[in-house]
Amino acid sequence: MPLLRVEDLHKRYGTEEVLRGVSLTVVKGETKVVIGPSGTGKSTLLRCINRLTEPDRGRVWLGDTEVTGKGTNLNRIRSQIGFVFQDFNLFTHLTALDNVRLGPLRVKGLGKKEATERAMAELARVGLADKAGAYPAELSGGQQQRVSIARALAMDPQLILFDEPTSALDPELIGEVLGVMVKLAEEGMTMIVVTHEMGFARSVADEIVFMERGVIVEQGSPEKMFRSPEVARTGDFLRKISELYGDAA
Amino acid sequence: MTLEAWSQLWPKVPVLLQGLVVNLELLAGLLSLGLVIGVAVALVEVYAPRPFRALALAYEWFFRGVPELVLLFLFYFGPSQFGVDISAFLAAVLALGFRSSAYQSQIFRGAIQAISPGQSLAARSLGMSRLGVIRHVILPQALRLSLAGWSNEFSSVLKDTTLAYGIGVVEVMRQARYLTARNFPLALPAFIVVALMFLILTYAGNWGIGLLERRLRVPGLEARG
Ligand SMILES: Nc1ncnc2c1ncn2[C@@H]1O[C@H](COP(=O)(O)OP(=O)(O)OP(=O)(O)O)[C@@H](O)[C@H]1O
Ligand SMILES: [Mg+2]
Repeated sequence: MPLLRVEDLHKRYGTEEVLRGVSLTVVKGETKVVIGPSGTGKSTLLRCINRLTEPDRGRVWLGDTEVTGKGTNLNRIRSQIGFVFQDFNLFTHLTALDNVRLGPLRVKGLGKKEATERAMAELARVGLADKAGAYPAELSGGQQQRVSIARALAMDPQLILFDEPTSALDPELIGEVLGVMVKLAEEGMTMIVVTHEMGFARSVADEIVFMERGVIVEQGSPEKMFRSPEVARTGDFLRKISELYGDAA
Repeated sequence: MTLEAWSQLWPKVPVLLQGLVVNLELLAGLLSLGLVIGVAVALVEVYAPRPFRALALAYEWFFRGVPELVLLFLFYFGPSQFGVDISAFLAAVLALGFRSSAYQSQIFRGAIQAISPGQSLAARSLGMSRLGVIRHVILPQALRLSLAGWSNEFSSVLKDTTLAYGIGVVEVMRQARYLTARNFPLALPAFIVVALMFLILTYAGNWGIGLLERRLRVPGLEARG
């Protein structure tokens, strides 16, 4: 059984249909990379998965729980799906440690000692144990994004959704964040990653999904998508984006 | 204003101070009432569905639009029309407290809106409830951001407590009037002393709030503009 199943998602803003029937499945341990032009609905898709945005139509399952079901405990589901935002969204008034600890403490209901241990372990995992006491404003963008990854990890999620996690970063800081993500993928974390980092997509993705104007145009292994895409648009987009953002990782 | 008037006033200063204590009690009451209701009104204005928002805005509009003295009279004489006896002190706390809540809600609303919506989204993505987000993410930041504006509100309502004079609360102005009604030459020195008392209190209060602000300061979380 796939870990995540998305079936025929639709979302409309006013007259603009942003998602026009998107379906995909993710199995445990898989890294799926979603690419596509700006305004195509990639962020909307991710947000519909944990219903930060309410889809108009379609279904989502996490394991055998229907996320979109009527009686679903949404907060419980969300606590099992990590979300990493483009602009980090760390809590300004809390130190790195408190940012990571807040979920375990206030959502999972762990005791202070256990929550602290877990938060420290996750900070260490992203290489920031020594920054536990720093406030977000005292951290670089790359460090902030790593804290936000630790914050997601501390919930012990079944999968993590990344929405362009490196797009707000100066080029020299992208590497440290991608490094953490590569490590997570190697450790078997299940992830959906929206990104323009083609190097990451090529080397880490189990599957690449190309979206355009609210639908999935093509999906397949990096090998297939880069070498011999079936749809001409896919090839065009990959060439353009590789030129724009480089292809190293 | 003779030296004699000052020397006559000197032994009466404790009486004035007694009155001032009542002003401070009024201040404590109306500020706390205003704080609690002000935060609630601000939360409603930002997060509640439209009809509730409209209600909160109407509340604000009313208490900001009616003169303080009129509010005091309404709260003091109003209830007795319905057979409810209300002390002048309580009437003053309510009238000035509700009024202050309308001003404080504006301060808090601005502060809440200054917090990036992404932080609420991030907290929701962790599975936190709406109330949890308000409690753990919004309020700790909004209250810090409000301190500067709150300092102004403090100075303003501190002075407003003297208006309770109008409905007969025996506060510092009333005490000063008692003294001077029988001894007119005392008037000027007495009111100069009262003025000094408020200047000192304003200064001390703002100093205290400034201290609190510095104690609670977090890098990256500053009130802008
Ligand atoms: N809350 C909203 N209200 C109205 N329109 C929205 C909202 N969120 C997104 N949209 C619109 O939906 C479309 C898809 O947006 P989305 O953010 O999902 O695209 P994207 O593929 O993530 O693009 P990008 O690469 O720029 O992040 C855009 O045209 C956007 O303007
Ligand atoms: Mg996006």
